[in-house]
Amino acid sequence: MKKTETGCIRKFLYKENTVGYVFALPFIFGFVCFSLVPILTSFYYAFTDFSLGSKTAELVGFKNYVRLFQDEVFLKSLGVTVKYVLFSVPLKLAFALFVAFLLTRKSGLVTLYRSLYYVPSLVGGSVAVILVWKQLFARKGLINTMFAGIGMPTVNWFGDQTLAIVPLILMSVWQFGSSMIIFAAGLKEIPTSYYEAAKIDGANGFQTFFRITMPCLSPIVLYNLVMQTISAFMVFTQVAIMTSGGPNNSTNVYAYNVYKQAFTYNDMGYACAMSWFMLVVMSIITLIIFKTSKMWVFSEAGD
Amino acid sequence: MKIKKRVTKTVYHLFVVLFGMLMIYPVLWMISGSFKDNAEILRGSLGLFPENLKLTNYATGWSGFGGISFTTFFKNSIIITAIATLGTVISSALVAYALSRVRFRGRKFWFTCMIATMLLPGQVIMIPSYLIWHRLGLVPGYLPLIIPNFCGQAFFIYQMMQFMSGIPRELDEAATIDGCSKYSIFTHIIMPLLKPSIVTTVIIQFYWKWDDYMGPLLYLSKPQSYTVSLAIKMFADASSTTDYGAMFAMSTLSLIPVFLIFLFFNRYLVEGIGTSGLKG
Repeated sequence: MKKTETGCIRKFLYKENTVGYVFALPFIFGFVCFSLVPILTSFYYAFTDFSLGSKTAELVGFKNYVRLFQDEVFLKSLGVTVKYVLFSVPLKLAFALFVAFLLTRKSGLVTLYRSLYYVPSLVGGSVAVILVWKQLFARKGLINTMFAGIGMPTVNWFGDQTLAIVPLILMSVWQFGSSMIIFAAGLKEIPTSYYEAAKIDGANGFQTFFRITMPCLSPIVLYNLVMQTISAFMVFTQVAIMTSGGPNNSTNVYAYNVYKQAFTYNDMGYACAMSWFMLVVMSIITLIIFKTSKMWVFSEAGD
Repeated sequence: MKIKKRVTKTVYHLFVVLFGMLMIYPVLWMISGSFKDNAEILRGSLGLFPENLKLTNYATGWSGFGGISFTTFFKNSIIITAIATLGTVISSALVAYALSRVRFRGRKFWFTCMIATMLLPGQVIMIPSYLIWHRLGLVPGYLPLIIPNFCGQAFFIYQMMQFMSGIPRELDEAATIDGCSKYSIFTHIIMPLLKPSIVTTVIIQFYWKWDDYMGPLLYLSKPQSYTVSLAIKMFADASSTTDYGAMFAMSTLSLIPVFLIFLFFNRYLVEGIGTSGLKG
């Protein structure tokens, strides 16, 4: 009797469905607790005037969402973020592609060079290097010393509303390493026979680049574009450390603004509405990139 | 012809090296700054060699703030990073195995959820997650920084799935014929072969956790519990003038583990980034 019972349990344990859920359990648990539940609770809170410490959260309807579009600080932060993304992502990808291209030569040293060029990405996210970057662009920082050296006027980077975003953009472009490595891996995959054929047909450098390299690389460009756009929209640490959103909110990017609403002003309901707005915007942008990608991403399988 | 080729080659290498040096100049400048005195740094000197070598920056920096030294901050960072990284590797490998090798009902659905979380920016759920941890009474504390890592991270699950798709299924089949269950196939076949992918995961996750600023900023409040990144930021927050020499000294120290790992495991890192991106 007992034997069949354990046999049953064993049989159950070794069924594909059981095995699958046993192994997938950590993810399912995490997905529900750390993605689904937060998203759903914030959907609810976005319709309340919830704040930490208050016992009750009263439903206020669409007030938080209406407020978004009347809030000048919010609208400005939206504009600043878009500006940051539009400048930093294309520059970074172009730069990454340029360096990847530069390092395609057949030479034993190329691996070493790639490591060298990866260093900024390696350390760029750390508070340590962000503080260094801040010091480079300080009033009497290294950049201004260089400017003075070549006879240019020095610039008060973090005091100027239009210029304060420049160090942030440059720092993002500087961290081109991961994109570069992904591009380099992609370039290696392009069959050399394509280039040989182009050479025989008398194609010049430009033609080979735009007719062979770019189409073959387009899926990788898409991947990098999506990943970099998402992370650029969410820039936080660099702003928190370098500018704290200033001067006059000119670098008050989205994520930093949400953080301030939540933890400085304890306006949790409003911050949740902002998070939700961002979620929708990000989904739309990702969708647009994927939809339009059909027009410019070259797929070997075809439709 | 031969000479011309040699000249272009030299020019190429020279350019690449010089340009590379320019790229890592800020890092070199930081290291040299850790040996300079405050006045020299504030003057915005370009040089990499300190005018008068100052070694005391390391001692003053290490002594920290308000009696809490960097011994504490490093210990905190190491504990959080080590536990979180361990959790990420184990849980991600388990989930990757389920999604790539086990044909269970709902697999497609969970795979889609996994991809969705990969595209979901963390900052969007920053506030709601905080509120949940707060409700559970776990703020301030280390648990919010560690527990989510034990639930598999989409980026690494995806990367491990890519790697597993390269492990021949014939191995699984042969093992099944020999009487292996799905569980022992995982422990005896997949895990040992997954090693390169695991190393990549360890490195990348180590970097992310070690550098993480937002997580500790939200969930830690007492200086005794601060991580190195929060502590370094405290140099800049000081009400008196910032001691840049000490700040750069501690910054340099905080990057040493990062560099050491890069030096030894660079191959895994480059391959990991390359392959996970390629097939995306």
